[in-house]
Amino acid sequence: MSAQTPDGTDNAVAPASADTIGSRMRRVFTSPTFITFAFLLLVMVLFSVMAPGKFGTITNFKLLAQNVAILTVVSVGTTFVIATGGIDLSIPSGIVLGEVFAVKALSMIPVGGGTAVDLNADQSGIGYILIALAFSLAAGTLVGLINGVVVAYMRVPAMLATLGTLGGGLGVALLMQNGVNIATYAINPVSSASLLFGIPNLIIIAVIVAIVGIVMLNLSVFGRHTLAIGSSSEAARRVGIKVERHLVLVYTLGGFASGFGGFLSLGYFSTTSVAGHSTDNLQAITAVALGGTSLFGGVATVFGTIVGVWIPAILQNGFIIMGVQPYWQMVAVGAVLILAVWLDRIRRSSQGGR
Amino acid sequence: MTARVDGTIAPAIAAESIIKNFNHVHALRGASFEAFPGEVTALVGDNGAGKSTLVKILAGTLQPDGGTIRIDGREVTFADPVAATALGIETVYQDLALAPDLDAAANVFLGREIRRMHFFHDQAEMRRRTAKSFADLGVGLVQDLRVPVASFSGGQRQSVAIARAAMWARHVIMLDEPTAALGVIQTAKVLDLIRSIRDRGLAVVFISHNLPQVLEVADRIEVLRLGSRVARFRGGEVNVDQLIAAISGAFSNEVAA
Repeated sequence: MSAQTPDGTDNAVAPASADTIGSRMRRVFTSPTFITFAFLLLVMVLFSVMAPGKFGTITNFKLLAQNVAILTVVSVGTTFVIATGGIDLSIPSGIVLGEVFAVKALSMIPVGGGTAVDLNADQSGIGYILIALAFSLAAGTLVGLINGVVVAYMRVPAMLATLGTLGGGLGVALLMQNGVNIATYAINPVSSASLLFGIPNLIIIAVIVAIVGIVMLNLSVFGRHTLAIGSSSEAARRVGIKVERHLVLVYTLGGFASGFGGFLSLGYFSTTSVAGHSTDNLQAITAVALGGTSLFGGVATVFGTIVGVWIPAILQNGFIIMGVQPYWQMVAVGAVLILAVWLDRIRRSSQGGR
Repeated sequence: MTARVDGTIAPAIAAESIIKNFNHVHALRGASFEAFPGEVTALVGDNGAGKSTLVKILAGTLQPDGGTIRIDGREVTFADPVAATALGIETVYQDLALAPDLDAAANVFLGREIRRMHFFHDQAEMRRRTAKSFADLGVGLVQDLRVPVASFSGGQRQSVAIARAAMWARHVIMLDEPTAALGVIQTAKVLDLIRSIRDRGLAVVFISHNLPQVLEVADRIEVLRLGSRVARFRGGEVNVDQLIAAISGAFSNEVAA
């Protein structure tokens, strides 16, 4: 009864291309993540050869890894937001409010003649650190929650919604600390100490966050729905995914990561810093885009984001070590960013996607 | 082939006197419709006749202002599309059906993932079941289940969407102009797929403007005009001219509701 198709097969769906090892390898090698990863390795080899004994040392890499740890944490969160096709410009606000909330909480705990803010690192304890952590996370989560509700339910474009919470959040932070940054050494142990094989805690934390991010994005139902919404929110809605609720969760996750970044930053720099994070959002977005995550949503890679965090850091570090004006790093990162996104576009249009 | 005397078996899905108004526009004025298991029922009508509105109501996307929906003779109401899905009714739309950046298995199981430890999805198992289901349906294997469906042709994508619906539908599968954007060969493949779904005993509802195509695939044809049903035909007992007469209002074999 069933009619034969003109080409004599019953196949309604012919394979787009055979799933051979060759095609899979081609896909990997032409992926933007692989290209930027190769670029990162190439740059690292170049610097190691050109600055022997200086660049390619464990000490240097430990330092680098510590320097990028906070950006890693917030960029992993941003990867999820961008995976939905959204954007989060409010990262500095989440970080700074995270710092300020923590400091304010500590300043309300009387210790001796003063408050917990005045404690030195060696006088502090796990209790104070946990309180600071809780308030940092609460601050970031609140910013993210507002972003999510405004974007998902009030349907304000993400760029403007998070631009609003960026300015608003920084304003609140300045109000809370009367415009003056507050120093504290109470949570220094978070960054200065090492709980594992002499590896600084910041590095361990960044690695854990990266692994959790990779697992969540690729292996969890949450990650799958995040990508589906970014790919086609209408398709996601039709299969019963609660798109608005999921978007709120994703933006809240992004804010949570920013708040955590604020906590780590307070531990690392020993002070709140309203002005010190003003380009963290652009750095995070750069890292995410460099890594191969599509700004249109639907395609995302946390591993790529890690690569994207490291490229600017390595370039800057290498240029400084080699005595090149470090400002060249900004030029190089800008060029690499445009190149990476352009290559991605070519690849997508050639495969019929967006 | 699945000759059936109307009335001996309850329709898999039935709409009775459905009314739907959009402000002052009366989209459906007491529209009725029936689709039986193991049959392809075509729903035809001119633009604005209310076909899509009716399908959206049967899919739970729109709520009717009046009338009754029955599944296997039992009265039901759908608060949302998920409620219709839960009763084994699947709908395939002409566009926006799939997430283009996800692969076929991810799309097939989207929103209904096989989970491990609640939090994780079981991609290997979902791929395995997708491959098996595609093979069973005669949807020639998408051998490369790992590539995003964006790299498929329009016909291949539509086949994935229909196969997904067929996998989950237990009662009824509704196809809203599934071939409108397809070429000749792709259309033939999709029609084959529709027949193979019908042969599994599901009720297939098929909306199309393409009357020769309707006559080719439909076991029964119902005609909507200005928001209500004006004619019903058996597949072999009607030609294009008669269908056009019914669609345009020159012919009716329906007692006014």
